[in-house]
Amino acid sequence: MIDHRLCFTMTYSNLHCRLGTLVNLTSILFILLFVTVSFPDAIIRSPSVDVHAEVSKLNRFRKRLNGNDEVSLNLNISVDLSSVFNWKTKQLFVFVTAEYKTLQNSFNQVILWDRTIHDRDSAKFEIYAKNKYLLIDQGCHLLGKEIQLVVNWYVMHKTGWMSRHNKSMSYFELPQVYI
Amino acid sequence: MGLIADGFDSIRSIKFRDLLTQIITLGMIFSSALIIWKGLMLFSGSESPVVVVLSESMEPGFQRGDILFLHMNKDPIRAGEIVVYNVDGREIPIVHRVIEVREQHGTKEVDILTKGDNNEMDDRMLYVPGQFWLQRQHIMGKAIGFLPYVGYVTIVMTERPIFKYILIGVLALLVLTSKE
Repeated sequence: MIDHRLCFTMTYSNLHCRLGTLVNLTSILFILLFVTVSFPDAIIRSPSVDVHAEVSKLNRFRKRLNGNDEVSLNLNISVDLSSVFNWKTKQLFVFVTAEYKTLQNSFNQVILWDRTIHDRDSAKFEIYAKNKYLLIDQGCHLLGKEIQLVVNWYVMHKTGWMSRHNKSMSYFELPQVYI
Repeated sequence: MGLIADGFDSIRSIKFRDLLTQIITLGMIFSSALIIWKGLMLFSGSESPVVVVLSESMEPGFQRGDILFLHMNKDPIRAGEIVVYNVDGREIPIVHRVIEVREQHGTKEVDILTKGDNNEMDDRMLYVPGQFWLQRQHIMGKAIGFLPYVGYVTIVMTERPIFKYILIGVLALLVLTSKE
């Protein structure tokens, strides 16, 4: 930061003064820009989203060699997050989690499927997909277990702010026997 | 003779005062930087409030050279969050996404599994052999914001030290020539 009084008494060279003032001004402008662009979104309007995820088929349910339960699911995922996309959005990270409770753990959360969305057009889709990642329990507590499917999404802005949202979608009950 | 001695004295005393001012100004700049850094540490609740992304394992979201702002509090850690964690024995912390969370009854102890967005496999290979989960004590912070590209300077300076010396040289030159 330069002392502007010294600019007038010619203690600094002219170039030094101008350069210093320019840098000061630019930094202040950048900070102002960053602040005004980062925050207003959530306050001004809440975008209307439409997301849905459910299990369409249970592929496999077995116990692994190391004793942990393993589940493979086919999912039906439909997402319309196009209203969340605006000029400030850098990307969306959409993921579907399976959440359940066991005697051992009060809360289990596992990502079954994820996708990064870069533009508004790709923010609307419907797919039938096999889970990207298997549901593997920490132990073998999944027989007859009810799991909740939740669609979550992270919004990453170009200016760097990140916010997280989710919507609970459906429940699925695992059978009492392995298949 | 007396005139020359006088002249010499005045020159020496001016130089000394100037030099002292320079040193004190420098000291004040360093202390301000330190105050800001420590303040950030306090505000973010993390040992290291800012980290630079070093690898490509989180592309396309985060590129090498992006800066991440971290925050750490008692809030539960949830799947999808991007965390920075340390593995025993590794110097450099890793920035990856949480893909599994297991919270235990009562104690609220939590087991976490992470994976880089750009990686096929989860991070178990990166953990200490025999370690299958991360715990809260391994997590330095959650990423809550980022600045693209800005951190690339630090990467360049680490990988090519010559730039560090050039930068220090230029800074030193600027400080020395600022007060004429």
